[in-house]
Amino acid sequence: MSQHAVKIRRSPIQQKNWVRQNLWCWAFVSLTLIFYLLFQGYPILCSVYYSLFNWSGMTSNMTYVGLDNYKTLLGDSLFWGAFKNSFRYMIMVVPLEVVISLVFAYLLNDNKLKGRTAYRVSLFVPVVVTASIVGIVMVFIWSSNGIINHSLSGLGLISKNINWLGNKKYAMTTVVIVSVWKDMGTYMIYWLAALQGVPDDVIEAASIDGATRTKTFFKVVIPIIAPTAGIILILCTINSLKAFDLIQTLTGGGPFYATDVIATFVYRTAFTSEMGLPRFGYASAAATAFGIVVIIIGAVLNGIKGKLQKLQ
Amino acid sequence: MTALTANKKLRALHPSKIVIHIILLLCSLIWIYPIVWTIISSFKPQADFFKEQLSLIPSKVTFENYIRVWSKANFARYFANSVIVTVFSVLLVLIMTNMAGYVLGRYKFVGRNVLMAVFLSSICIPLVSTLIPVYQIVKGMNLLGTRTGLILSGAGGAHVVFLLLFSSYYSTVPNELEEAAKIDGCGFFKIYSNVMFPLSSPISTTVIIMESLWTWNAFQLPLILTLNNPAARTLAVGLYAFKGENTVDWTGICAGGAIAMVPIIVVFIAFQKFFINGMAGAVKG
Repeated sequence: MSQHAVKIRRSPIQQKNWVRQNLWCWAFVSLTLIFYLLFQGYPILCSVYYSLFNWSGMTSNMTYVGLDNYKTLLGDSLFWGAFKNSFRYMIMVVPLEVVISLVFAYLLNDNKLKGRTAYRVSLFVPVVVTASIVGIVMVFIWSSNGIINHSLSGLGLISKNINWLGNKKYAMTTVVIVSVWKDMGTYMIYWLAALQGVPDDVIEAASIDGATRTKTFFKVVIPIIAPTAGIILILCTINSLKAFDLIQTLTGGGPFYATDVIATFVYRTAFTSEMGLPRFGYASAAATAFGIVVIIIGAVLNGIKGKLQKLQ
Repeated sequence: MTALTANKKLRALHPSKIVIHIILLLCSLIWIYPIVWTIISSFKPQADFFKEQLSLIPSKVTFENYIRVWSKANFARYFANSVIVTVFSVLLVLIMTNMAGYVLGRYKFVGRNVLMAVFLSSICIPLVSTLIPVYQIVKGMNLLGTRTGLILSGAGGAHVVFLLLFSSYYSTVPNELEEAAKIDGCGFFKIYSNVMFPLSSPISTTVIIMESLWTWNAFQLPLILTLNNPAARTLAVGLYAFKGENTVDWTGICAGGAIAMVPIIVVFIAFQKFFINGMAGAVKG
């Protein structure tokens, strides 16, 4: 665009106005740009830099160690545990969240359905409440004498109360269920926005042709909402890899690191004394390595989406 | 006539419709249960909590939990911190994204596309990867454990969704309005402040609501930035600390939780249209 603009010959007055306009534009974006550079652009570079040092963060005493932190990471079973858990969490959360929210959106995308606003608000409310608060409350709800155990034993589904978050076997599943409950509404709204783009007459035509609701959904609706579905999947995947608030407040990564993800690993390594002295340099290496993986995943998914759209 | 109403009734009672309603009703109850439970438990006497923890109707309503957390557990302070941090962060974000969205949507200035690409690509950067440097930057500014530090770092980032909302809105405003203002002698800034900014109020409302919810609910950054100074904690962090110190005071935890949740639920219900439109716009844009 700019190259194009330069080639056009301007009179001195036009040239002056053009320069002035450009200056105004940059002045207008400057505030956003400064905040972006200060709190996101520069920090991402800093993180790479810190990762090359042996540094507690408590003092200014930094020793350059090259790639040693990364080498240590490779052999650190706690790091690999957290790394795997981040992806385990993603693989469990994304399909559940995307499918359940699509089902709700499809049921609610019916103007004649009575009470649809009330249903939508109820299903969405967990999204707006503070994740850390929800996590704390859920610790009780899922505890040995909480409502979940009472309901399940009342229904005869379990014979003995289960400590859902305290048991290594169930902790991750419980965290996943709570996350899906909490964030489902976000994706439901995304799907509703996509479904509202499906013209009514297309659906009507299909039903006149004798297609059932399920058949219409798979043969008519899905192809139309496919492009938005791509965006929803990417957002859900990236967001699931960013998870911290709920996990930290539900389990803190426990029991015995069963739910430890990279975000909780970095927090523990850099900001608490649970593992001895804080290690800023080492935690930065973990954060950098993980950040690179997430960025690559984002780019690959985006690329796949672009390719698929071209094929259509 | 009778046939018509009978027909209507039949349709209303169609078995598949009933099944859908039962599913939706059941799920809606499951979805709001933990929130309703928190609010109700916050009014139960502390001594009776374990005895009647499951009942949704307290045998006795008490405000002692609120009084306890509000005055003794510092929640008055946390609440004030949350309000102050939210108000100023939102104002900052509104001003900067509105201005940036305006020029990104209406002008083809040098470097515009590069800027847009840089902002867009930031969606993929996880907060955990910038956490430690942001902590150091705030520390370097001498703002660790202060509300100013929380406000500035909370307003950081690219706010891609808001930039997209504003720029796509401003790109649809007809040029005639701008031309008319130019004839009246308005310069670049005057056109923006007198003509364009007021026009953007529906989007501004959406941005205010969304950013308020995000700032109010923020946890990861406020947690690490207030580690050295409990007095600067927001509600989201304050309750976490409170739970760490008072594991058995569940009615107090519920009261603290309700103090954090109720304002945001009220705001959401009052402005839900703006919030939902903003979110929907984010995936469509």
